[in-house]
Amino acid sequence: MKILFIFLFFIINSAFAQDFHKLSKYANDFTGTLSSEQVSRINSGLKTFDDSTSNQVVFLMIKTLDGYPIDMYTYETAEQNGIGTKENSNGILFFVAKDDRKMRIEVGYGLEGALPDALASSIIRNEVAPYFKKNEYYEGTISGLNGILAATRGEYKGNPKSDNENQFPIGTIIFILFIIFSMFGKKGRGGGSGGLLLLGSALGGFGNRSGGGSFGGGGFGGFSGGGGSFGGGGASGSW
Amino acid sequence: MSKGIGIIIVIAVIVIGAIMWGTGIYNNLVKLDEGVTSSWSQVENQYQRRADLIPNLVNTVKGVAEFEKGTFTAVTEARAKVNQINMSPDMLGDPNAFAQFQSAQDGLGSALSRLLVTVENYPELKANENFLQLQAQLEGTENRISVERKKFNEVVQSYNTTIRQFPGSIIAGFTGFTQKQYFKAMAGSDTAPKVEF
Repeated sequence: MKILFIFLFFIINSAFAQDFHKLSKYANDFTGTLSSEQVSRINSGLKTFDDSTSNQVVFLMIKTLDGYPIDMYTYETAEQNGIGTKENSNGILFFVAKDDRKMRIEVGYGLEGALPDALASSIIRNEVAPYFKKNEYYEGTISGLNGILAATRGEYKGNPKSDNENQFPIGTIIFILFIIFSMFGKKGRGGGSGGLLLLGSALGGFGNRSGGGSFGGGGFGGFSGGGGSFGGGGASGSW
Repeated sequence: MSKGIGIIIVIAVIVIGAIMWGTGIYNNLVKLDEGVTSSWSQVENQYQRRADLIPNLVNTVKGVAEFEKGTFTAVTEARAKVNQINMSPDMLGDPNAFAQFQSAQDGLGSALSRLLVTVENYPELKANENFLQLQAQLEGTENRISVERKKFNEVVQSYNTTIRQFPGSIIAGFTGFTQKQYFKAMAGSDTAPKVEF
């Protein structure tokens, strides 16, 4: 009997193994619940967060698990997609099975300290579930993700590139000064407006960076996992 | 004369080659063995974490639900049993010690799940944030235990396969690497715990 059980378990396991979603974006909605604009807004928010902190937070919503255990599904999905960096294992998968009314926050090894199970559970019960109960999926998702980002921001520093950007931007300031001087220096109108345009884009860059983690702005960002590892941390819940 | 030197050189090359080959295999076995040890410490960490959560849980539940003392006693006794068993990595090859360790841990697991099922009958606990967080921590720990057990089994499997297959089996035989135990599916895990009210 037990052997049969184990045997069945492996069959089910392997049958489902092919079914895990290969994720190519930070925000993935396979239910069509969220509008494409909402999805891309969440996506760019999560990409900005990855760029500035190196923490990879991925959102995935599917219709149903077909009775498959949620913690195994999220563990396998997160591990196979390698969410998070290899050296820090700082990945998180926020998963929703809409028709099952179940969700889970799967936390990578490296973020278990910043986002312990009790906090993950509290985010699910207090930040997300109240919205989902009212069928406000976008609001609930944003609220939950904000909780996750707030808990994990500051745990790791971004990659060396964005690390430099976080330092005092001497280069940018010299660049701006240079443009301003060249604007005043030049008499021609064309040169002036060109300088303004450049100045505007430089400032725009600033604005984007300081607004990291907020879900504003459009744009697309592809996700590719960094090989992060998971140990079954996180919490599950329903609504 | 030159023929003799030639033979000596050939033999020396073969011997050095064999030593290097053996060393490579040996080093790989050491690496796999270390992998098993570190994987085991992950398993132990998670079991320890579960044991550490229990006093807190029992205190929280006790205050609200003054029900059957038997459920508490079972958990406390199972925990004491677990604490008595000390399992060092070099005991991983001992089937009896391993079975004893696993049965004690599984006993604690099922005592705990019985407690949590019984607690479902107390609505005031389900509204208690402290209890809900403890419950989340326990669930998370159980989940981590099963993940680490699975990872441990995978590491042990590759270790055992290597020391049983040729040529690893020869080097393992010389140097005393022996097979290690796996976690088996929990006895009675295919039947839900019975709760009597």
